[in-house]
Amino acid sequence: MNEKSKPESAIQSSKDASKVIIEINGMHKWFGAFHVLKNINLTVNTGERIVICGPSGSGKSTLIRCINRLEEHQEGTIVVDDVELTGDLKNIEIIRSDVGIVFQQFNLFPHLTVLENCSLAPIWVRNMAKGEAEELALKYLERVQIPEQAKKYPGQLSGGQQQRVAIARSLCMNPKIMLFDEPTSALDPEMIKEVLDVMVELAETGMTMLVVTHEMGFATAVADRVIFMDEGEIIEQKPPNEFFHNPEHDRTKLFLSQILAH
Amino acid sequence: MAEVTRTYKVGQHPDLPPPRSEVGVIGWVKYNLLSTPFNVIMTLLALWFLWSIIPPLFEWAVLDSVWTAESRKACWAKMEVPEGAACWAFIKDRIGLYIYGFYPAELRWRVNLSFVLLVLAIVSVLYENMPGRKFGLWYAVAFPFITGWLLVGGLGLTHVETDQFGGIMLTFIIGITGISFSLPIGILLALGRRSTLPVIRILCVLIIEFIRGVPLIALLFIASTMLNYFLPPGTAFDLLLRVLIMVTLFQSAYIAEVIRGGLQGIPNGQYEAADSLGLTYAKSHLLIILPQALKISIPGIVNTFIGLFKDTTLVLIIGMLDPLGVGRASLADAVWAGLAREVYIFVAIFFFICCFGMSRYSLWLEKRLSTEN
Repeated sequence: MNEKSKPESAIQSSKDASKVIIEINGMHKWFGAFHVLKNINLTVNTGERIVICGPSGSGKSTLIRCINRLEEHQEGTIVVDDVELTGDLKNIEIIRSDVGIVFQQFNLFPHLTVLENCSLAPIWVRNMAKGEAEELALKYLERVQIPEQAKKYPGQLSGGQQQRVAIARSLCMNPKIMLFDEPTSALDPEMIKEVLDVMVELAETGMTMLVVTHEMGFATAVADRVIFMDEGEIIEQKPPNEFFHNPEHDRTKLFLSQILAH
Repeated sequence: MAEVTRTYKVGQHPDLPPPRSEVGVIGWVKYNLLSTPFNVIMTLLALWFLWSIIPPLFEWAVLDSVWTAESRKACWAKMEVPEGAACWAFIKDRIGLYIYGFYPAELRWRVNLSFVLLVLAIVSVLYENMPGRKFGLWYAVAFPFITGWLLVGGLGLTHVETDQFGGIMLTFIIGITGISFSLPIGILLALGRRSTLPVIRILCVLIIEFIRGVPLIALLFIASTMLNYFLPPGTAFDLLLRVLIMVTLFQSAYIAEVIRGGLQGIPNGQYEAADSLGLTYAKSHLLIILPQALKISIPGIVNTFIGLFKDTTLVLIIGMLDPLGVGRASLADAVWAGLAREVYIFVAIFFFICCFGMSRYSLWLEKRLSTEN
């Protein structure tokens, strides 16, 4: 897409920047009368890692949930991998099968084993043979380092293990984009690292990632770009170094002073 | 005082067994029977009550009872005290009627065969670990048609009118038809009631609320008398079939509400997770939502099924003879009249065994489906 005069589109990934994979233009969303997202413009290139932060209620979760249409936007356009998100159910299903999402509350299927959680979508959405899907599931469970839990049910795992299974479940669909909605916020402190380690490793494979998180260490280490949102608007977006050391807006400064204070 | 507490180094304290008074039989008695003075009194009262009820009942029903006699008088003549014990000879004399109703005696092998086929079907549906279960499930789908043909006849078998059906056989036909058809219909109604399409939603709400708002007896009367007025002339169909349809519809409305409760117990995150993987509405419901919702609903579903099974006795009001109807009719026989206790106890035991079986199965199923530690 054309480079408009928006300052944010000037910042591009240093890597293979040629291919735009997500293009959001003039997007608005309301919950009833509440204007939750206001004039969102965002371009994401293939392989880019983006961290989205901001105070609670700023609309950051809603923004990434719009990208796989778990939330419906009312105005503007969202184009994901050259497919525009409209009410067309077929398009939505195609986009959802190519965009993985990891939730704060894991949302594993409690009635299925870890292996079944991971192989379910490949079998039923990709029409893969059961044996092949299980092999694939085991491969990704190995990658998140819990193949030995394959036969257990989610309720028998710790929070950190469950979140890693959730990541593996998404990866089994071989997604082009991974969305993370506060993946470590529901975890006990000692389990945060094991999940972040998996995410860092995933970032190193070149996966396009949009991560809503307050883990600033992760942002510094991995992100190509940090986006700060407040009251439904994108206030500022910069590479992490600049974002943390040289924020422009007062609201960004206030937010950073609050989360870095302790 | 001999202090036996051992000391361990910090960080090396082992897991010790609990004190003996807290576990095992002693612990159970302590906590469940004798935990407070009030409970001690209740335990003693209960023991006294059981002791004064059970031995006389056992004597009446088993020890002193008479199993073979020609009539009530012959029965009583065999007892030490006339009327002092149960006369099961009466039930034995009519057992054919209790089981088959008026089904022609020479054709009863067809009913017996149906019972055997029923047991096979139930086992293949209920026990997941049975070998060859996939075949078993297909058989269970075909079962209603096979038995329908066996019982009614036609296609080479002698035709039997359904007004000759009766007894336990009739209870099973109505109960099992109601149970097996109302579950899928109830699931569809429950999903329809939560649909985002107004037409489907309103239609399902109307069906559920209308059927739930009318007593089953009224529906049975509609089936037995009024239904033919609404149908075009010449399409009158079998009374039993009409009763089956009404009972199934009635049951579906209740099942729908039970399952709707289960659906509401599924967190939104489950829908979102299923959607986000690209599963369609049908697949996400079949694979993710319904298995969980049905699991939550098991107690309610089985409760409804037990209610239905017992409600089958209502068909005696429109002239069909279920076991209770057979019992009441047989009491009119002058040779045996006066043995109402035996009849009602026998019928009660029959229903109790069936319902208790369903209840135990549901508990077993809940336990087996539990995936929590």
